[in-house]
Amino acid sequence: MQRELPRIITLVTGLFLAIQYFIPHRYSEQFYETALDWLIIIGIFSIALGVASLVNHQRQKIKRREEGFRFSYVLLAGLLFMCLTGFITGSGTDSLFYRWGYVGILSPITSTMFALLAFYIASAAFRAFRARTVIATILLVSAVIVMMGRVPLGERLIPGIAHASDWLLNVPNMAAKRAIAIGLGLGGSATALKVVLGIEAPHLR
Amino acid sequence: MGYDRSAGRARLRAFFLLIVLAVCGPALSDAQAPVEMGQPPPNLSPPSALVAQDTPNDRGESIDLSWTASPQEALTPSPVASYAIERAVSASGPFEAIGQASIGETSFTDNSVKDGNAYFYRLRTTDLQGRSGEASAVIGPVSSKGQWFDRKKASTLLLTFGFCMTVIGLIRAARKGKKFYIRPIPGLSAVDEAIGRATEMGRPILFVPGLGVSSEVSTLAAFTLLGRVAKKTAEYQTQVIVPCYDPIVMTICQEIVKSSFMDAGRPELYRENDVYFVTQDQFSYTAAVNGIMLRELPATNFYIGKFYAESLVLAETGSLAGSIQIAGTDEMVQIPFFVAACDYTLIGEELYASSAYLSQEPPLLGTLKAQDYGKAIGAIVMVIGAIMALADQRWFVDFFKVQ
Repeated sequence: MQRELPRIITLVTGLFLAIQYFIPHRYSEQFYETALDWLIIIGIFSIALGVASLVNHQRQKIKRREEGFRFSYVLLAGLLFMCLTGFITGSGTDSLFYRWGYVGILSPITSTMFALLAFYIASAAFRAFRARTVIATILLVSAVIVMMGRVPLGERLIPGIAHASDWLLNVPNMAAKRAIAIGLGLGGSATALKVVLGIEAPHLR
Repeated sequence: MGYDRSAGRARLRAFFLLIVLAVCGPALSDAQAPVEMGQPPPNLSPPSALVAQDTPNDRGESIDLSWTASPQEALTPSPVASYAIERAVSASGPFEAIGQASIGETSFTDNSVKDGNAYFYRLRTTDLQGRSGEASAVIGPVSSKGQWFDRKKASTLLLTFGFCMTVIGLIRAARKGKKFYIRPIPGLSAVDEAIGRATEMGRPILFVPGLGVSSEVSTLAAFTLLGRVAKKTAEYQTQVIVPCYDPIVMTICQEIVKSSFMDAGRPELYRENDVYFVTQDQFSYTAAVNGIMLRELPATNFYIGKFYAESLVLAETGSLAGSIQIAGTDEMVQIPFFVAACDYTLIGEELYASSAYLSQEPPLLGTLKAQDYGKAIGAIVMVIGAIMALADQRWFVDFFKVQ
């Protein structure tokens, strides 16, 4: 029963939600909104589980004196600071301490992480565009045409390259993207069906 | 002849009065004759052919109106500014204004009705000064109701039903012993090899289930592959680390890894602390996972699930750390990044094929084969659609239009 009950709930909920998609009536809409509300409620409760897991993991690192365990102190202090600040002074940008912690520290740090992407793109492009095989050479030539077609200098140097770039993007590239999209759609539907019918439930073995 | 002072003052007063009247007269006359709103100015004709009907394929509580514009709309300059929409509960009124349609618009949706109640509508043309013309003919009674089937989604229902029947049929065929050919998928064939490599090197395996929530299909695919990977790692007594972005995903991943270790007969090796929540901030999560890669130096990294801009940052860091990397996502924009930085990438439906491909269980192989049939049917429908469109038979193409 411990395994059967979740399967039955999955089957009933999955079928109801699939049928609901085709019913525009407001009762059907209300059912969908109620299901979403429950999802939000469960999500909020799960945050407590997440925080407990995070704290426990960091505690273990400190206890075992693992490499970089001192950073765990920083993490726990940051978590405590932001929680207390949020509870005491509110979480809006009107709160000085919240603004200081979120806008002043967290946002620049995450922006820095995002900015690293530019360097990673350069290194990945260097590796991907090495003309070691015929296919890699085709990729390299296509990439050069697309890149040159995207900048005004490219059209100035090689007239018509912008059209070649557009053709590459809109014809062969689009065909490949649509083929992948159809595969993803069918694969996603098959996976959803397997989960709803209980054929595939790795967490209920 | 003597000067009459009183007559002179009277003339002077009359002269000033004339000047005042000349200057202020028009303003005074305007002020004395204010515009009567709603009074019909000459030749402001109403729109015609007003139609009111229940909004089709909707939740209810909505009525659609459409009309033919006033012929004066085409004049230059046009005296028409807008159309006032009026509603009443009886044909004789009283009518109340419920909305306005701008010049050029010939439809309006009234979302302030109650299902089952009868309503009557009429329109008035309004000019730039806000004056309304004569009312159009009254249309009604009309009432709204919610529909129990959205006809615009008929093609989706038909295709979904057909696909589900194909899946169920092929599962039954597979259970009866029918053999299916499944093409080799290098990314999935490499899973066992990658786990074996980690065991030989004595290093852990890192499994990143992405930034998706548990209701996303790509995350479900990640759960499936995690189950397989965790079972193998339990058999080989290798550590598997699963940093999670979502607390619900974390809970499910813990259950999967625990079940897999039990299935492998090694429940004592399961460590709950290896499957943990990190953060729900995208780049903080990326930084944390990058840190794990550089500290723990995992032999193999799996990136399966939903990934966004962090995909390349993760995959490049893993590549720098010297790990074998297997990736799969349904975010098409991220697939090229994984192709560039990972050893194996599951593209398209390969992402969802892991359970069937690795377990070779008949029911799962049946679903995998159904996808191939689905693609074949899709290709046939596309060819027929192209031929029908060339023959100017638009109904076939229109039927399959995604609404």
